[in-house]
Amino acid sequence: MTTLWLTILAVALANAAIKASGPVLVGGKEIPPRASAVISLLAPALLAALVVTEAFGEDGALVLDEKALGVGVAGIALLLRAPVLVAVFLAALTAALARAFV
Amino acid sequence: MGRTPETEREDEGAGHRGAYYSGARAALPFALATGLLGVSFGVLAGSLGWGALAAVASSVLICSGSAQFAVAAVLGAGGGPLAAIVAAVLLNARFGPMGLAVGPYLKGGPLRRALEGQAVIDASWALASRGGGRFDREFMIGASAPQVVAWIGGTAVGMLGGDFVGDPERRGLDAIFPAFFLVLLVEELRGGRSAIAVALIAAVLALLLVPHAPPGVPVIAACAAALFGLRRSR
Repeated sequence: MTTLWLTILAVALANAAIKASGPVLVGGKEIPPRASAVISLLAPALLAALVVTEAFGEDGALVLDEKALGVGVAGIALLLRAPVLVAVFLAALTAALARAFV
Repeated sequence: MGRTPETEREDEGAGHRGAYYSGARAALPFALATGLLGVSFGVLAGSLGWGALAAVASSVLICSGSAQFAVAAVLGAGGGPLAAIVAAVLLNARFGPMGLAVGPYLKGGPLRRALEGQAVIDASWALASRGGGRFDREFMIGASAPQVVAWIGGTAVGMLGGDFVGDPERRGLDAIFPAFFLVLLVEELRGGRSAIAVALIAAVLALLLVPHAPPGVPVIAACAAALFGLRRSR
């Protein structure tokens, strides 16, 4: 069990260091406009990458499975202006139903 | 949702307390999902023979679903601690660029900034994004609070309460996270054409890299799409 605890501590420290790095690096300085133009686009870039890797990535391969189907249904719900919770719930429900019956 | 510059200025006038509170409220749906995910993490850790103390301690100390699931997956598959640490670091490397983005809006000297940076959680960070690279510090910290509580509480429930959630995959819980990132992405895309172009480039980059790079790397590499911003600013 000691290995587990050491791993947990190491990951905790590394994670804290990663999270601290950005804010400490930029300090309280004004960001030059060119840099802030890039930084402002980090959000859509990161989110789009998170969506596709979580929806279609499975152990280093691209798959189209029940989970991806659920995310697709959530996307359609959002296009139809469904509330956030409904869309997320539909994703889980679709994935669960597809796994149970298909 | 649908924030105009005018309403935003009013929010600022409402004071910091109000912003912490609205952040916490806006994060409640995500806290619910995070809590359920915490339960499934607790169940998974229990099935791998982690003690209750280790599972809950990992949620308190690491406090990051992606890193903890990665550690559990690697150790559970018989991998060594080093492999587990590397996997977790790669997955969470995204907090580097996220921290750069919020950095200018945090307060104080290096130590305080380092501490405030710990409040960066995917959902809070995205919820606190005000477009054009601006962030609402108080809103983000407020949004992280209920999610941290839900994550730790969920882990404890999953560990102790055992199996009422059953197999998280059979309940479709694994679809919750991509769906909720999608929710946040849709909000971001209202930011205009460059946001849409960047999202498309990032998605394609990430998909191309998934089969060839270790988990976590595709997301970091996709950040390069944000360089599109250089083009816009002449």
